[in-house]
Amino acid sequence: MKAHVRDYELMLEAYSSARGDPAVFADDGIAHLVIHENRVLGAHLVPGLEIEPQETASGIDLKVRVLPETKIEKPVHLCFGVLPESGEQNINIAVEVGCNAGVKLLAHCIFPNAISVRHNMQAQINIAENGFYGYDEVHFHGQQGGATVIPKAKITLGEGASLATGFQLTSGRVGELDIDYEVEAGPGSVAEMIARVFGSGSDRIRIREKCVLAGERARGIIKSRVAVKGSAISEVFSEMAAVGALSRGHVDCIEIVQEEGRARAVPVVEVFDHTAKVTHEAAIGSVDRKQLETLMARGLKQEQAVDLIIRGMLSPV
Amino acid sequence: MLKVRNINLKKGDRQIISDVSFEVDDGEVFGILGANGAGKSSLAYALMGCPEYQPDHGTITFDGLDITDKSMDERARLGITLAWQEPARFEGLGVADFVMLGSGGHDRNADSYLELMRLPPEEYRQRKVDRTLSGGERKKIELASVLAMRPRLAILDEPDSGIDMISQDAIISMIDTIRGYGGSIILITHEEEVIRTADRAALMCSGLAFKVGEPREVVDYYRHICRPCPSKDYPSEEDIAASGKGNVSPGSGLGKDAG
Repeated sequence: MKAHVRDYELMLEAYSSARGDPAVFADDGIAHLVIHENRVLGAHLVPGLEIEPQETASGIDLKVRVLPETKIEKPVHLCFGVLPESGEQNINIAVEVGCNAGVKLLAHCIFPNAISVRHNMQAQINIAENGFYGYDEVHFHGQQGGATVIPKAKITLGEGASLATGFQLTSGRVGELDIDYEVEAGPGSVAEMIARVFGSGSDRIRIREKCVLAGERARGIIKSRVAVKGSAISEVFSEMAAVGALSRGHVDCIEIVQEEGRARAVPVVEVFDHTAKVTHEAAIGSVDRKQLETLMARGLKQEQAVDLIIRGMLSPV
Repeated sequence: MLKVRNINLKKGDRQIISDVSFEVDDGEVFGILGANGAGKSSLAYALMGCPEYQPDHGTITFDGLDITDKSMDERARLGITLAWQEPARFEGLGVADFVMLGSGGHDRNADSYLELMRLPPEEYRQRKVDRTLSGGERKKIELASVLAMRPRLAILDEPDSGIDMISQDAIISMIDTIRGYGGSIILITHEEEVIRTADRAALMCSGLAFKVGEPREVVDYYRHICRPCPSKDYPSEEDIAASGKGNVSPGSGLGKDAG
């Protein structure tokens, strides 16, 4: 029990030093769940939200259910972490968002000392008719580059449902990242996926996001913002398929490359109905010259200007 | 304050600026008028020190210091800045932060500069300098950021384009503000009405600055000689010779001392 308390305190300390506000874990009006390795260290629920954590040998199986017609007012805070230098954490999440229900999850993933840490997340998310599910995952890594992060999700959106996901790994070294999200969007639903990653050193970044606009008038956007320097390598695969009549999709990828970094973007856009439309834009390369010159004309040195442009691009909206 | 002597700029095979010379005094508004493609913006970029617009020949001095080889940020720290005709957009950069970028931490905040440009601060300070802004909004924010820098020399590249009629007086206020503290302005435009706010003006055509004088004279010349001119690419020898006061050959020092 003492070890649990100590780990809980260390997790909040690490969260706090990563600029998080630990007060959210003491607020009765905010649901939260704190998981270190394969142990649940703290949990708090609010009416309408059910979370069933099941500890496994190497992680946690989680069932999250938002009851129909329930809107969870304040974001639910999840804190996943591995504090030692090595370890493995496997998180399996099954999420059910009921009809006309809504919830926003903020997941903080903390691996501050990772030299050999592997974090796998496997999520199956079903959002029922007119439901809303927001999921922001923010990573706080150390400078050793020893984390391997593999988040995978399959998401289905019912009629009129909305999804907004954000993935952010801009603090500390990435290590190895392999994102794989797939969304199937039903009639009139809206899916928005944004990933922001900053890679340095020998980091390896692979992002695959796929959205199938299956229903009539479904809408989707996949947005990626990646910057690489050192010898980091980034690959972004963005796939948008418009199947439903009058569906609309957009793919938007910007990758900034510095030093010996390398970047690749592979947008795949498909349209299966003549009334549907998908657009895509991609920009890969050095910092935009006009942006750079605008800032330098205000007196910023080149390196300050580059830093500001990249920080802006990677900052959450 | 600013002395430009015989600068030339070539891009590929094309001569963009040909032997241009002029001077701008402290507190002076110097207008540059010319049709699209005359080389006005290229001249602005060369004065600001944009790397791709480094003159092949000639010198630029600012307060007696040769700045021809100085970088953009070095020039900016001397008090020179540029408002772009079509300003860049920045994801994630807030309007208030952008406005105050070059302010050097002096005591006013972004609100007063936004107000001067007719942008309600409560509406704009939390917004981003991104694609959600209209062209006119972005332009006014660009001008607000120039003002916040309190530049000694502001190069304004077509500040009036894309701005609604109601906000045009904000540009006049901006010019008055800079002039009020002794700052100078190079005002680039192809609008005759705007050039009339200048103390002196030059006319550019095909990279040549070949007519310098009172704004009224330059506007008259532009209206009566340039507009009907069948050659849109280059002023004829006759035009240059007829453009006034016997000092009109390219590179002959069409500045204050030549005007």
